Amino acid sequence: MSADWPILSVVIWLPIIGGLLVLGSGDRAPNVTRWLALLVSILTFVLSIPLYTGFDASTAQMQFVENLPWIPAFDINYHLGVDGISMPLVLLTTFVTILVIIAGWEVIQYKPSQYMAAFLIMEGVMVGVFAALDAMLFYVFWEAMLIPMFIIIGIWGGPRRVYATIKFFLYTFLGSVFMLVALIYMYFKSGSMEILAFHDLKLNLTEQLLIFIAFLLAFAVKVPMWPVHTWLPDAHVEAPTGGSVILAAIMLKIGGYGFLRFSLPITPDASQTLDWLVIGMSLIAVVYIGFVALVQQDMKKLIAYSSIAHMGFVTLGFFIVFRIVANPEVDSGAVLGVQGGMVQMVSHGFISAAMFLCVGVLYDRLHSRQIADYGGVVNVMPWFAFFMVFFAMANAGLPGTSGFVGEFMVILASFRADFWFAVLAATTLILGAAYTLWMVKRVVFGEVRSEGVAALSDINAREAVVLASLALAVLALGLWPAPLIEVMDASIGNLVQHIGVSKL
Amino acid sequence: MQYDLTSLQPVLPELFLLGAACLVLLVDLFLSPRTRMVGYGLSLMALLGTIALVAWVAGPERETLFAGSFVRDPVADVLKIALLSIGIFALAYGRGYLLGQGIYRGEYFILALFALLGMMIMASAGSFLTLYLGLELLALSVYALVAFDRDSLKGAEAAMKYFVLGALASGMLLYGISMLYGATGSLIFAEVAEAIGSGEVDETVLVFGLVFVVIGIAFKFGAVPFHMWVPDVYHGAPTAVTLFLGSAPKIAAFALALRLLVDGAGSLSAHWADMLTILAVLSLAIGNVVAIAQSNLKRMLAYSTISHVGFIFLGFIAANDKGYSAALFYTVVYALTAAGGFGLLAILSRRGFDAENLHDLKGLNERSPWLAGMMLLILFSMAGVPPTVGFFAKLFVLEAVVSVDKVWLAGVAVFFSIIGAFYYLRAVKMMYFDKPIDDAAIEASLDSRMAFSVNGVAMLLFGLFPAGLFEVCRAAFAG
Repeated sequence: MSADWPILSVVIWLPIIGGLLVLGSGDRAPNVTRWLALLVSILTFVLSIPLYTGFDASTAQMQFVENLPWIPAFDINYHLGVDGISMPLVLLTTFVTILVIIAGWEVIQYKPSQYMAAFLIMEGVMVGVFAALDAMLFYVFWEAMLIPMFIIIGIWGGPRRVYATIKFFLYTFLGSVFMLVALIYMYFKSGSMEILAFHDLKLNLTEQLLIFIAFLLAFAVKVPMWPVHTWLPDAHVEAPTGGSVILAAIMLKIGGYGFLRFSLPITPDASQTLDWLVIGMSLIAVVYIGFVALVQQDMKKLIAYSSIAHMGFVTLGFFIVFRIVANPEVDSGAVLGVQGGMVQMVSHGFISAAMFLCVGVLYDRLHSRQIADYGGVVNVMPWFAFFMVFFAMANAGLPGTSGFVGEFMVILASFRADFWFAVLAATTLILGAAYTLWMVKRVVFGEVRSEGVAALSDINAREAVVLASLALAVLALGLWPAPLIEVMDASIGNLVQHIGVSKL
Repeated sequence: MQYDLTSLQPVLPELFLLGAACLVLLVDLFLSPRTRMVGYGLSLMALLGTIALVAWVAGPERETLFAGSFVRDPVADVLKIALLSIGIFALAYGRGYLLGQGIYRGEYFILALFALLGMMIMASAGSFLTLYLGLELLALSVYALVAFDRDSLKGAEAAMKYFVLGALASGMLLYGISMLYGATGSLIFAEVAEAIGSGEVDETVLVFGLVFVVIGIAFKFGAVPFHMWVPDVYHGAPTAVTLFLGSAPKIAAFALALRLLVDGAGSLSAHWADMLTILAVLSLAIGNVVAIAQSNLKRMLAYSTISHVGFIFLGFIAANDKGYSAALFYTVVYALTAAGGFGLLAILSRRGFDAENLHDLKGLNERSPWLAGMMLLILFSMAGVPPTVGFFAKLFVLEAVVSVDKVWLAGVAVFFSIIGAFYYLRAVKMMYFDKPIDDAAIEASLDSRMAFSVNGVAMLLFGLFPAGLFEVCRAAFAG
């Protein structure tokens, strides 16, 4: 179904135009700037809700479609639409952006108008990535994301921000330009830039393999997968809290989304041929990066590595499908893997955002991210400790929280494919609990370790609102994931069916 | 032969510009220091008038004049309008800079007008002779412009180098032309093309001549390995001249390549496409890599120009209308972008201070967020990051290259774009992430600020709506 008004365009352009207004308002009256930014982000979120309420979950068709010619000479269109895969991610984006705006309320004193504007523009561009159905439109949004993020890390980041942000930019740029060449190649094969036309495009195995590798470069860097993950810890550590939240909660998801929208359906045979590669990289991310996280001294770095491990689950879930389809003794479970990956993406969006915000709360007070500088925080910040422990549990995959649902589904699907995959994947339950809870133990519990900690004040109402809304989301998704799963069921079923058919 | 005055209509814009330039030259003699801005105003009006005339005589058909020596076709119209518009930007940036540096003289505008006239003649050239005349008019005006600050040693050295190497390049070009003329027996491109196409001409002589023609073109574009003059001349010339030199003549060089290679030697495309491939790959590689090592912004942009020339050549390599229109789009966009990039240097300069180093950009976001924002768009456009227009310029060229099954060439091009992104990012980093080392207020004149704003916003607008400009470029080759 579709609405009477161009809802996706509004959700894309409202924050961008609002962001430009915020930018224009300057820094003479920072409070006006902040309220304007908050207003724009809330309005965008409210306007994006009809995407969910008006969504028809019974079909895998694209909905809320808009299609206008953009560059007729190349048959490039302004073609937007969402299905069950992209719609939840759009909502995640609009929701998290509000929290980011609130989280930067007092902390950002240097050029707040540029800070808020960067996040609003970022929001519109990210929604554009999820909603684009034209490959070139997708690519434009995909690359345009880099500019605000580059600025955000570079201006408001930590001491090594310049190194981190240039590394971030070049890494992702490197990954994506080869995708561009692949897209142009497919344009000449199919005569159109429609992503859905690419899905039905016949390609031989050599072409598929090359295109798959081009996509893998782009998406693996974004996710990020081992071994191209090294930009992420740097970027996360140096980014301001808001930047880390957006990076972890949404930008990483764009990599996962890319696998579902491009790699799997466009090059199913190459994905099948190279599934060992991706599954291997995912399992290394889960196990090895889990160990790496264990030894981190810096809280943000620890959460960054934990993100990589959790995203390993996402890619594992997506590619395990090929092993399940290939195994004739198993009749179902393929859908489960992809669904698990999707649930994990949304859930990780909430949990990682919350974890980074928790670290942000501490950092704003003590200006340190080192675990060793804290200890006994619970004695002075009981409310904060409550939230932090809750999110840590969710991060470790405690049943009842959203973190459990996705991991459980992926592990279950892995069992159908190969017993050993499941065993390796399940180590995350131990490792995840180990690194997260050990950090919480050292930071939150115990005696008050220093005068700095003793002087900490508990979270204020603004911080409480942010953390509480995330806690609610984590809990709701953990206790009752059915609404999310139902929404994407038809689309994922269609996708799995599509990739089961060889293109050769 | 009988001449009817109305038959001169297609050449009216050139005649008008010639008259206007002579008028400005005369008027300038009688201007006192108090009224010297009149020269500037007259020059701007001359350019606007010429644009109007070009638009008036424009049309989809092809007209020839003077026995085929002069051609007015849609490509020529597009090229001329682009040239003249870039010229307006150059003059607007240049005035404030020259005043600030104390070298304001009417000759700047007069020489620029004559250079533009030369470029227009190149754009409309129908024979080797017209082309060469236009080229020399451009070259001689520009040599003088480079030495415009006559007390500057750097400027004199640059002009000398430019003159010697430029003369050498012209010599190469002439030698190549003489071969083609000798083999085909005509100076008119249409007849040359016909002779070559008939297959009765000795191909060895043709290809031998073609090599020299391509070398001449490569010199004028500044493509590797004929690029040595570019950084020195860009560096040595006053910024106002560099920005003129770095923008509009690229469009003229495009016209040179188009008229010689496509109109004249179109059926030899298999030969020249291979030569251009070598030049393009080398330019992309050397331009992007060496730019990283530059600390002088003018030199950095010079090497960046070299790499962009590689991209323009890629469009020619496709050797079809799609490729030419992509190359035309790229050239026009690049000229506009380059004018903005150098324009910022002109804006940042003031009395006793000539901004030309990368670190002069430091902390620009604190000094002027607006200027920094515009420069951000210009730099990302040069790097080819969407949603700026530079991305689409690269995209169209890459599409043309892939369409002739040269995917590897597209791969090479994007690989070097990544390397290129680094030094543009470094400039952005200086503007946004570093503290200013110079807190002096920016004393830019209103006209240069306006030009810069239009320039920066154009990067975004053409990026969001590239279809219009591209349609113009495509229609130019549709006929």
